[in-house]
Amino acid sequence: MSAATGGYYIPHAAKWPIVGSIALFILFMGLGSWLNGSDVGKIAFYIGCAILVYMMFGWFGTVIKESESGTYNSQVDQSFRLCMMWFIFSEVMFFAAFFGALFYARTFSGPWLGGLGGGGADVTNAVLWQGYDYVWPTNGPDDIGGKFKPMGWFGLPLINTLLLLSSGFTCTMAHHAIKDGLRKKMVWWLAATVALGFIFVACQALEYYEAYYHYNLQLGSGIYGSTFFMLTGFHGFHVSMGAIMLLVVMLRGMKGHFTADNHFAFEAAAWYWHFVDVVWLGLFVFVYLF
Amino acid sequence: MSYSDNTHGEAHHGEHDDHGPAPGLMRWVTTTNHKDIGTLYLWFSLLMFFIGGGMALIIRAELGAPGIQFVDPMFFNSMTTMHAIVMIFGVVMPAFVGLANWMIPMMIGAPDMALPRLNNWSFWIMPFAFTIMLSTLFMDSGGPAGGWTLYPPLVLQMGDSFAFVIFAIHFMGISSVMGSINIVATIFNMRPPGMTLMHMPMFVWTWLITAFLLVATIPVFAGAVTMLLTDRFFDTSFFSAAGGGDPVMFQHIFWFFGHPEVYILILPAFGIVSSIIPTFARKPLFGYDSMVYATASIAFLSFIVWAHHMFTTGMPLAAELFFMFSTMMISVPTGVKVFNWVSTMWRGSMSFETPMLFAIGFVIMFTIGGLSGLMLAITPADIQYHDTYFVVAHFHYVLVPGAIYSLMAATYYWIPKWTGNMYDETLGKWHFWISTIFVNVLFFPMHFVGLAGMPRRIPDYSLQFADWNFVATIGAFGFGFSQLLFVYIIVKCVKGGKKATGEVWEGARGLEWTVDSPAPYHTFETAPVINESTLTR
Repeated sequence: MSAATGGYYIPHAAKWPIVGSIALFILFMGLGSWLNGSDVGKIAFYIGCAILVYMMFGWFGTVIKESESGTYNSQVDQSFRLCMMWFIFSEVMFFAAFFGALFYARTFSGPWLGGLGGGGADVTNAVLWQGYDYVWPTNGPDDIGGKFKPMGWFGLPLINTLLLLSSGFTCTMAHHAIKDGLRKKMVWWLAATVALGFIFVACQALEYYEAYYHYNLQLGSGIYGSTFFMLTGFHGFHVSMGAIMLLVVMLRGMKGHFTADNHFAFEAAAWYWHFVDVVWLGLFVFVYLF
Repeated sequence: MSYSDNTHGEAHHGEHDDHGPAPGLMRWVTTTNHKDIGTLYLWFSLLMFFIGGGMALIIRAELGAPGIQFVDPMFFNSMTTMHAIVMIFGVVMPAFVGLANWMIPMMIGAPDMALPRLNNWSFWIMPFAFTIMLSTLFMDSGGPAGGWTLYPPLVLQMGDSFAFVIFAIHFMGISSVMGSINIVATIFNMRPPGMTLMHMPMFVWTWLITAFLLVATIPVFAGAVTMLLTDRFFDTSFFSAAGGGDPVMFQHIFWFFGHPEVYILILPAFGIVSSIIPTFARKPLFGYDSMVYATASIAFLSFIVWAHHMFTTGMPLAAELFFMFSTMMISVPTGVKVFNWVSTMWRGSMSFETPMLFAIGFVIMFTIGGLSGLMLAITPADIQYHDTYFVVAHFHYVLVPGAIYSLMAATYYWIPKWTGNMYDETLGKWHFWISTIFVNVLFFPMHFVGLAGMPRRIPDYSLQFADWNFVATIGAFGFGFSQLLFVYIIVKCVKGGKKATGEVWEGARGLEWTVDSPAPYHTFETAPVINESTLTR
């Protein structure tokens, strides 16, 4: 862009946002109809997803092209950084809602159902849920979903913790590599990170299989099953997203993108990766360990 | 809306370096210009204002007399629900974002928003999201009818439209979060040298804090409605006691979003009023620093008061006390603000153009709403007032002669800058006085019927409430139809009128008044020099 904007790049005629809106519109309308039992809705949902992916390719492709041609100055770079940070903050708050649900159920509503905590809870317990003693994990006084075995922290969850922690290490090594201008080294460390990420997701899938078929622990297993699967499920989804981001960064590195002092996409993906890492630690402590 | 041809004495660098707006409809679809996007937001919210207002008139028509006269109770309930959703998410929030788009880059001297493409998407989600939301009214099961707060288990009993309501909320949430992130990045990153944080216009400050609230709470709301969705379709037990969950938990999560949300709806209004009063009092804003700190304090407190919406739902006594006192504490920074506005006017050379009338109307009537809020904060008293028309009176006083008045004030204040034409001052004053009379006829009697025990969200009521309800209905139709005058004034101003100068208002300070009227398509492409005369403080 010319010096007229002080070097700050203002794009014109953005066509991708409207494509994204149409994609999400079809996606949401489709998913809503699908949930109501319509097969057309299912098809619409997939079409919406496909258009969304197309939009992302197009939009990110444009941005990458602009970035590689040196369109962005340091101030634009700073805008990207701020946006990524605040986006991650919004993600933190999204997880906070589900952690909040977990803490609330464990600290307040669970004991109240079991007749603890005063304020008439004992009477409610005697009248409505006679004989229900609260112990976490619980699937509630009505034994929703039937008897289940909770997921312990040892075994797969512990392995997953080690996988993610090591992936944080490899990711940092990749960062140091690109900061030294060693693109090839970065690609290798990133390959390790992405691999660890996908192994994590595979382990998670295995764990879900175990839970569903051997532990009778399902999404419908009362509040324990709800919080367990929603927290780990959304986390797993975020890990997948983060791994895809890192994969894209890796592929770009192989194409010769990024330099020692221009690699914001790498850093954004790395921040995101560390964010899912930290969320996992929260999960490991509060969902598995205690 | 017409813009002056943009000629910056600079040759075009190529087709991608176009400085003027592209012709035709695609200009609006693909625009990345903050002024275009601001205009889109503002027109959108004006349209939604009449859709939401039409729903309000259906409600008031039904409540004009005891008994059921026009609509069936289910439809009545979906009208109260949709009226709230449309007015909150479709009118007040997008209108504030529209103002942010138009004004923030001009106020801080930035060439545009930080991420213009993202900005385009933030707007272009809204029409699609509201298509989904409003389409639920035409589904077999009817629209959502359990109140905009979507409390389970009632909301889970909704028909086929349930999933669409949830997804429409997700969809709008994406827009809000992206829009807010963009605003934060713009304010932090796009200021020229000299425009320090503590020299920013108050409107920019209040929007910075509002954007923070949005980024922090909209995802929580998204999480809450996602739990509703899985409870309904995927057998989870978040809000079912039988499975160890708790319906009250939804209320906690919802109001953790919902209470900051009400400040999202009012903080930018504070910023607007803090811009207008100094102009027409011809004095700088009194207590700028305390205004900033008060805004930040309100934002902080908004996170620790949520359960005052749930005093009758059931909580441990200690929680009731905590939330009562924390809620009352909000009146301290709010009082600081009202004090500062009054002190700004004190011994000022006041003149009473339409924006000033609306701003003063805001200060007075918002304070009425604030005082009834203080009454509602008292837990034992709230147990009496809860779910009555007193609550309805309270939040309509802060939202209609509060938030909506600030939007009208902002429109009159900045429309000469947007269009280059002065609006019709006589008609503007008529608009203010008619609106102000009817808005009080509409909402003031609700205090009386509320204190006498009339419940909200019910289409029928006891005979003793009949007279005041009839009065309120007259007020509603008077207020509703007087807004047609508002549209007429806007359209007339867009089409033509007395040419506005760059400064527009004698005594107006701030960078937006240093550019021509109408503002050129691109402003501050090179950073302006900031000095005493261009700062608002």
